[in-house]
Amino acid sequence: MNFFRFVRGVFKIITKGSSAYYAWITFLILLIVWGGFGYANQLAHGLIVTHMRDSVSWGFYIGNFTFLVGVAAASVMLVIPAYVYHWKPIKEIVIFGELLAICAVIMCLCFIIVDIGNPLRFWHMLPGIGILNFPSSLLSWDFFVLNSYFILNLIIVVYLLYCHFYKKEYKVSFVRPLVLFSIPMAIAIHTVTAFLFNALPGRPFWNSALLAPRFLASAFCSGPAILLILFQILRKITKFEIKDEAIWRIAELMVYAMFIYLFFTVAELFKEFYSGTENILYWKYLLFGIGKNHEIVVYSWSSIIMGSVAFLLFLIPSTRKNFLTLNIGAVLIYGSVYIEKGIALIVPGFTPDTLGQIYVYTPSITEVKTAVMIFSSGFLLFTFLSKIAIAIVFEDYCIDDLSSKKREDKLKEITIAM
Amino acid sequence: MKKPVNYSGRRKFLKNLSLFAVGSLALSGCGQVTMKEFLQKNFRTLSKKEKDDIIKALEKKYTAKYGKEFHVTDEPAADGVEFGYALDLSRCIGCRRCVYACVKENNQSRDPQIQYIQVLQMEKEKGIDFAHSDVHYNPELVPEEGYFYVPVQCQQCRNPQCTEVCPVKATWQEPDGVVVVDYNWCIGCRYCMAACPYGARHFNWGEPYIPAAEINPETHYLGNRPRMKGVVEKCTFCIKRVRDGKYPACVEICPVGARKFGNLLDPESEIRYILANKRVLVLKQELNTQPRFYYFFGV
Repeated sequence: MNFFRFVRGVFKIITKGSSAYYAWITFLILLIVWGGFGYANQLAHGLIVTHMRDSVSWGFYIGNFTFLVGVAAASVMLVIPAYVYHWKPIKEIVIFGELLAICAVIMCLCFIIVDIGNPLRFWHMLPGIGILNFPSSLLSWDFFVLNSYFILNLIIVVYLLYCHFYKKEYKVSFVRPLVLFSIPMAIAIHTVTAFLFNALPGRPFWNSALLAPRFLASAFCSGPAILLILFQILRKITKFEIKDEAIWRIAELMVYAMFIYLFFTVAELFKEFYSGTENILYWKYLLFGIGKNHEIVVYSWSSIIMGSVAFLLFLIPSTRKNFLTLNIGAVLIYGSVYIEKGIALIVPGFTPDTLGQIYVYTPSITEVKTAVMIFSSGFLLFTFLSKIAIAIVFEDYCIDDLSSKKREDKLKEITIAM
Repeated sequence: MKKPVNYSGRRKFLKNLSLFAVGSLALSGCGQVTMKEFLQKNFRTLSKKEKDDIIKALEKKYTAKYGKEFHVTDEPAADGVEFGYALDLSRCIGCRRCVYACVKENNQSRDPQIQYIQVLQMEKEKGIDFAHSDVHYNPELVPEEGYFYVPVQCQQCRNPQCTEVCPVKATWQEPDGVVVVDYNWCIGCRYCMAACPYGARHFNWGEPYIPAAEINPETHYLGNRPRMKGVVEKCTFCIKRVRDGKYPACVEICPVGARKFGNLLDPESEIRYILANKRVLVLKQELNTQPRFYYFFGV
């Protein structure tokens, strides 16, 4: 009975809100519908409506998948500095970081499903009913670690919110080991995803030992960028208290990550261009184009420029401590890593192809639409989950509200305040 | 006959609508079969009886679809056989007859087009250099002065990377060395295509289309039977033909005798003669894929 009431209460929380909230939800739903038409078209005609072909057999979908694995990993890794520096709202940072991780993992799995040619046969991967080629295939490892990570984060978040809801003290002895375990798991999901590409000797562009370290460094740039902005929003609209110093500290850590990322990339570029073997072709295609084929160059340089500007904005203390320039920097680094993972990582791996032929790939409108559908669904889910978490954590939505007759009024009060 | 027609938007919409109606009718008609297909297990875990039932149903389905008596076999590999292939680079003239014989024998989709053999034109001065090769060469007459030709198809590696990466074991190496795909088990993730260093794997990006008049009704379950949308396919050394003791279609059609095929375990075979008496090379030897497909210079 209580559970039913809880569900009803939650339903009220997510359906009531300010007009800005409604506008945001409507906007997302419109995007989902618009993108959904693209995916419906793909389901009807097959992947031929994408621009992927035998030469470039993975594209935008797998790029998005890779990016989101990074987001999922980094949002939890933010827990480390929270522990190290004893930031006060550590529980809240854990909750919102892990909610973001949960949504990102769900979006990852969605991008895998839209990429495969026979989504109905997905059950072939399920251990027990299907046949998972474990441990030989890195894809089966990825599937395994992503699902474990998802379940782990779900347990932590649900447990913390449950305790809050029932006004119980949560057991530190239960939560701490799980949170600490989720940190190596976060590193694991991104490392395994890097190994997925790394494991292919036939693709020299990915066959570099620096790939996994570069993945981790870039994730540490993009993941916290989202949380940086989220924390400022939360601080404004709820009782969530996070000091400016903590936000600046996150920004400072991001600078280290950006520097390491830059260093790794320079090391990679030096090795490729100074040795000048035939494997340089992939980097040439990415940065300058080959022959008449320059379609990808605009992506790579926009990513480089956005990343460099963000690096400078975060590096210089006066712009780091100015919230306007800080937020611009956060958006820029997010965009930079998104383009890098979405396009600049996948496409040069396939161009020129294994037989030296060039097929020019850029995403088709169907691919963009499908990606928009998944991203807006993910944002919608994250909005709902955050709203529930905010109500429970900051607005004392709790077990008493289910039995009290005044709960309707209280709910109204909560939702209007948002 | 299906032909690319330039429909106006409205006509296209009407066409799609009718296609949708026909499609859903057809689906509801054979709902049982599709449910069965949906639940079908990996080929290697099926019992003899299950295989026979599936093959019978497939023959019926293909016969109805193409209006020709269809045969599907699941002839297993013979003992003491390991297939090997050798291609004489000094003879190949780049005529692409092998490409089209392969398409015909193996029921590859004509639209969208799939070809298992890619013939690369290379400059004599550069040697085997993929980066400067051209697959779309199109002169009046071949061979062209200053060029030689390297046809590439599945190299049937002893150490195949494609089978290793498959997340669901939908592709494997048979005892006679042929790497095959279970089209009903492949989920279409294309990880094998990323892994293959020879571009030998091909994906059915759209619904495959073969004119009924051109279909080859003598098929093998793991080879040239008609495929469906969203699965990977590849050269199987013409598994249907070679397990019946014939040569692959590309070997038979080659007008200059550049293609040699045989049993690596038979000391008297032509392939063993070539390995013993010519100097052979394999493509991308540094990747340790150990192909069963050799190249040599016969003259």
